[in-house]
Amino acid sequence: MSSDSEANKDAEDGEVYSLNMGPQHPSMHGVLRLLLDLRGEEVVKAKPVIGYSHRAHEKMAENRNTLQFLPNTSRVDYLSGMIYNLGYCQAIEKILEIEVPERAIFIRVIANELNRVASHLLWFGTFLLDLGGITPFLYSFDDREEILDILDQVTGSRLTYCYGRFGGVTWDVDENFLARTTAFLARIRDRLGMYKQLVTDNIILRERCTGVGVVSTALAKSYGVTGPSLRASGVAYDVRKAEPYGGYDRFDFEVPVLHEGDTMARFHIRIREIEESCKIIEQAIKGIPEGDILPKKMPKRFKLPEGEFYFAVESARGHFGMYIVGDGSDIPVKLKLRTPSFSNLSAMPETLAGTMLADTIAIVGSIDVVMPEIDR
Amino acid sequence: MPIAAGLIMGMLTVNVLMLVWAERKVSAWIQMRMGPTEVGPFGLLQTLADMLKLISKQLITPSNVDKPLYHLAPLLAFAPVVAAVALFPFSQDTILVQNDYGLLFVFAFGGVAVLAIFMAGWGSNNKYALLGAIRSVAQNISYEIPLILSALSVVLVVNAMSPTLGFGEGLVETNGLDLSHIVMAQDQHGIWFVIFQPVAAVIYFISALAETNRAPFDIPEAESELVAGFHTEYSGMRFSLFFFAEYTNMLIVSMLAVVLFFGGWDGPVLPGPLWFFLKSYAVIFVMMWVRWTFPRLRFDQLMTFCWKVLIPLSILNLLVTAFVITVLGQ
Repeated sequence: MSSDSEANKDAEDGEVYSLNMGPQHPSMHGVLRLLLDLRGEEVVKAKPVIGYSHRAHEKMAENRNTLQFLPNTSRVDYLSGMIYNLGYCQAIEKILEIEVPERAIFIRVIANELNRVASHLLWFGTFLLDLGGITPFLYSFDDREEILDILDQVTGSRLTYCYGRFGGVTWDVDENFLARTTAFLARIRDRLGMYKQLVTDNIILRERCTGVGVVSTALAKSYGVTGPSLRASGVAYDVRKAEPYGGYDRFDFEVPVLHEGDTMARFHIRIREIEESCKIIEQAIKGIPEGDILPKKMPKRFKLPEGEFYFAVESARGHFGMYIVGDGSDIPVKLKLRTPSFSNLSAMPETLAGTMLADTIAIVGSIDVVMPEIDR
Repeated sequence: MPIAAGLIMGMLTVNVLMLVWAERKVSAWIQMRMGPTEVGPFGLLQTLADMLKLISKQLITPSNVDKPLYHLAPLLAFAPVVAAVALFPFSQDTILVQNDYGLLFVFAFGGVAVLAIFMAGWGSNNKYALLGAIRSVAQNISYEIPLILSALSVVLVVNAMSPTLGFGEGLVETNGLDLSHIVMAQDQHGIWFVIFQPVAAVIYFISALAETNRAPFDIPEAESELVAGFHTEYSGMRFSLFFFAEYTNMLIVSMLAVVLFFGGWDGPVLPGPLWFFLKSYAVIFVMMWVRWTFPRLRFDQLMTFCWKVLIPLSILNLLVTAFVITVLGQ
């Protein structure tokens, strides 16, 4: 506190002290660290500190060829690894103009949406854990486990998938996969009814979330907030609709939008997105054609043409973009990853100022940050 | 007295071991898990193993703590709960310490616990602990008011029901503050006070959850914000003393609920003390059920709820009770 007027204000309203929350704290997501200035329990200033899980993915991309970078992608955001992995494949396909077989498009959509549901379910559990409700966590993890099993069956991994290949996917899905996915859809719809009764309609939850941590449309736009957090602030922006990729324009689904911009709106948006994803998966299972999962003829080396390219997909957290600069070789000159959580988190200092300490956890939890994705 | 003290300690230790096991099993049941299964039959000895671990752990004293406060706090949290348990009438004849003002003493011992929590938070030299302690003091002091007011409504009813209690030689003048008299009054009229005082019973239960720092009022140790609240810096046996006090407090508020609203030892066939504990554990089960179902309130909502809802309601309940008794008495 430098100026005299501020010092006087402190003397009137009580002393401001700082509290270091994280990177090791039971409910900080991953390794986020928040430097909080508090007056009593009121947050005066919040400053996020990032960089605790920096792994130099972008630098790695400059030192290996395009195919070798593929396993890295799902490690950037480990909760929507499938979306990142397939998104990267789609980016390269777009640059090299590789034709993807129909069946692979449908498989990719199913895998992507399953991954999105899994990510939202994990968020549902951990967010309620932040609010002190321990039981929903175990239920949603139980649901998520089923998705991991389904994806494990076809991809061989549970979290950091490397399922995509340029031009298609590695393994074909079988009847069992489709049957289990259909069974899962019935199960999750049943569970969502229970969650609505026990969690969404709970008065304590609504009291804690309604009107808390309002991100206005202007604030969201100015910081580049994307994903469910943006849609809760009244902007109907979803990459799947705005710039359809990977065959999403063939499916009938809605982009849920709410205008309150508070924690409760973000909660509702994610629950409704689970339902929308279920709708997409249902249509994809119905319409999946027979055929190849990889193109007949593939280039040996994936040489990037000279120039700059940008391709974006909708991850579970928002707009995930890849800015790729090629120079004619198969090693990118630069691969910049535009990850949604970074922008979403940047809006937090303004949102958190003036809230209560207990709300800090709820608000930061509600934007669903994944730290490795921010640090990359 | 030493024998009585030994009895209580033994009973409480077994009780805490059982409660921790029960809490794990209940939470596991609610959450579709197994709970402890490995140590002993149904995992019954799991808590014993945990206790041995806690006892054998090194006691860490962090630097720059306020030593007297830091060391005294666990003891001060532990001692009053043991003392309070001694006051309860497990049956008409099984009372370790007969006291004419038992109800008052139980609340008084409950009040001492707040001091211990604040000493722990203040002495720990940790901001999370201090925040937890500040919340805890505000919460406990606030919720003691509706807790005591709801109990007072029952005392009024006891005093009004009959001037004397008991039969033949054992006839005594009614004293609503005496815990065994409260039960005797219910026993004699064959009715539980939860029927006369449903509002008081609900207020009591809610306040009791807050008083024992149980979810959804577990704000002083809200782990998502305050790590572990006031006992963040305590390890090993010092932590387990707080833990012991917390679980025994659960038993105390449940036993008091049974005395005030559910007819104490009163029940058919089975011996009195057994009924008493069965009822107490039923109340504890509801507390556990609540804990594993609801999220946590925010601190300001908690205080608003207490001062704007519970306290006016309990005062109103007390006034209505007094009014009805006066009207009926004439």
